[in-house]
Order: sequence, then C-alpha cells, then structure tokens
Amino acid sequence: MSEKNSHILLANADDHRIAKLAAIAIGLHLIEAVLPSPLPGVKPGIANIVTLYVLYKFGIGTAAWVSLLRVFAGSLLLGHMLSPTFVLSLSGAITSLLVLFFAIRLPRRWFGPVSLSILAAFAHIGGQLLVVWLWLIPHAGIAYLTPVFALAALVFGIINGLVTARLLSND
Amino acid sequence: MSNPISSRPYRDLIGAIRPGDWLTVLTTIAVVMVLFDSLWLGETASKVQIRAGNQIHSTLSINQQRVVEVPGPLGITTVVIDHGRARVASDPGARQYCVKQGWLDQAGQVAMCLPNQVSVELLGSRKIHDSLNY
Repeated sequence: MSEKNSHILLANADDHRIAKLAAIAIGLHLIEAVLPSPLPGVKPGIANIVTLYVLYKFGIGTAAWVSLLRVFAGSLLLGHMLSPTFVLSLSGAITSLLVLFFAIRLPRRWFGPVSLSILAAFAHIGGQLLVVWLWLIPHAGIAYLTPVFALAALVFGIINGLVTARLLSND
Repeated sequence: MSNPISSRPYRDLIGAIRPGDWLTVLTTIAVVMVLFDSLWLGETASKVQIRAGNQIHSTLSINQQRVVEVPGPLGITTVVIDHGRARVASDPGARQYCVKQGWLDQAGQVAMCLPNQVSVELLGSRKIHDSLNY
C-alpha cells in the first residue's frame, strides 16, 4: 500500500471519553439483561442513567454516541444483533434521544434530571410500542400492555432521574 | 470518591427534584391513570340487548330497574336490569351457566342461556369484537 492511500485513524480525547462512557453503559446493559423481569419488556433501564449523565456533562452529541454504541455493542454481546430485540432496543434509544434533544432545552432551574429521565423513559416505551404495533404484533391487544409499560416507565424514570441527579451533584 | 453515597442525608435526594419535575411527575401519573382507566377498565355499558332464538327480543337502557321475562322453548328466562348492571335471575336450563355468571356491567359482556336460546348482551357506544381471526 502506498503512502498516499494509507489512512491513519487517530482517536482524540473525545473518542476516548465516548468509549469509556459507552463501556459503562454496555456494562449496565449486560447486568440488566441477566436480571429476571416480572413481565417481558419491563426493565429498569439503568443504562439510561449513563445517557442522561453524559447529556448533562457533554451534550446531546456525546449522549447519542454513547446510547447508540451501547445498543449496537450490547446486542452484539448478547447475540441479538439485527433481531427484533435489537430493533426494539434501537427504536427505544432513538425516540428517547429525540425527546432528550428537546427536553434539555427546558429551563434548568425548573426541570432537572428527574423530568428528563421520565420523559426519556416514556419516549423509550412509546417508540418500542410503536414498532411492536406496526411491525411485530399488529393487533389492538397491545393496548392492554400500554398502561403497565407506562407505569414502569414512570417508576423507573423517577428512580433513574434521582440517581443521575445524585451522580451530577457528586462532581 | 471521598464521600460514600450512603453517608449523604436522604433529603438530598428529594432536594434534587426541581419544581418543574413535580409537574412532570404529576402529569405522567395522570397519563398513567388515564391509560389504565381507558384501556383496562373497559367501557361502561349503556344498553342491554336481549335475544330470544334468532330474534332480538328487546334493547333496553341499562339505567333502570326492571325485570324482563323472556319466553323460550323450555320456558321463561328472567332477566333483571338494575341501574347499570344486568343479570339472568332464573332460567329453565339444566346447567344454569348464565345464572351463575352473575352481574354483567361492562360493554361487550354476554350471558347465554343456550338450552332456552336466550342471550343477554351489554352494549356500549361502539361494538367491540368478541374474537378476531387471521
């Protein structure tokens, strides 16, 4: 290979930071995957704590990198790559990132990590249920599960938001 | 970390909730309650439809106190309507399934007395499917 055609990719400080944070998120994602769940689909979503923390510390761009890397690497490690599980995970991550993109612009004095966490959790299940309904199970029966998922999003959204607030206050 | 999390007072955690956060929490609690109410509790019935044989015997408002006697091949089936609920009070059939079913109060619920060919169905504002096939 001639000197002209060779490309050297250099990882800068940002790349290292994203990799480290994504690694934490992937770790939490894997821990959560082995936890038993009372109902398929109801999960605490503890990896979202990392997304929220990164959003506050480094902005939406880094948060999107960390969140999407977590989805891709997590599904590779768990063997879900390109399966419906992966698509659900990805759609949840994308919708919650979209909502966070707007929610982070809310006045900081009034709305903290708890609000953002709840909104992201609702966006997460919203995106997933939409994919389930449009693609996997096009049946009105999905509506019966919606309240349960919404309740889980509310409870875990508050808890994850409080944890994020605590992490941010430690800095 | 110099300060272990467990040593921090609990009120710090609640203090992290800002005024707008309470608004978010209350709004989402309301959303969850509306979802449970609309998707789980079903629709309250507005009418009672009684069928005898292959004909509609009568369609009555459920918001009344009334006893309806429906004739069938075996005898009289008695249907009781009681301000928002209805039931089959007596039936000449052998197994009494429709009587044992008790009060019906949700739209779409049905009690059938097959031997006497009488059925009681609660109707809401729209017809819900009782089964779907693909």
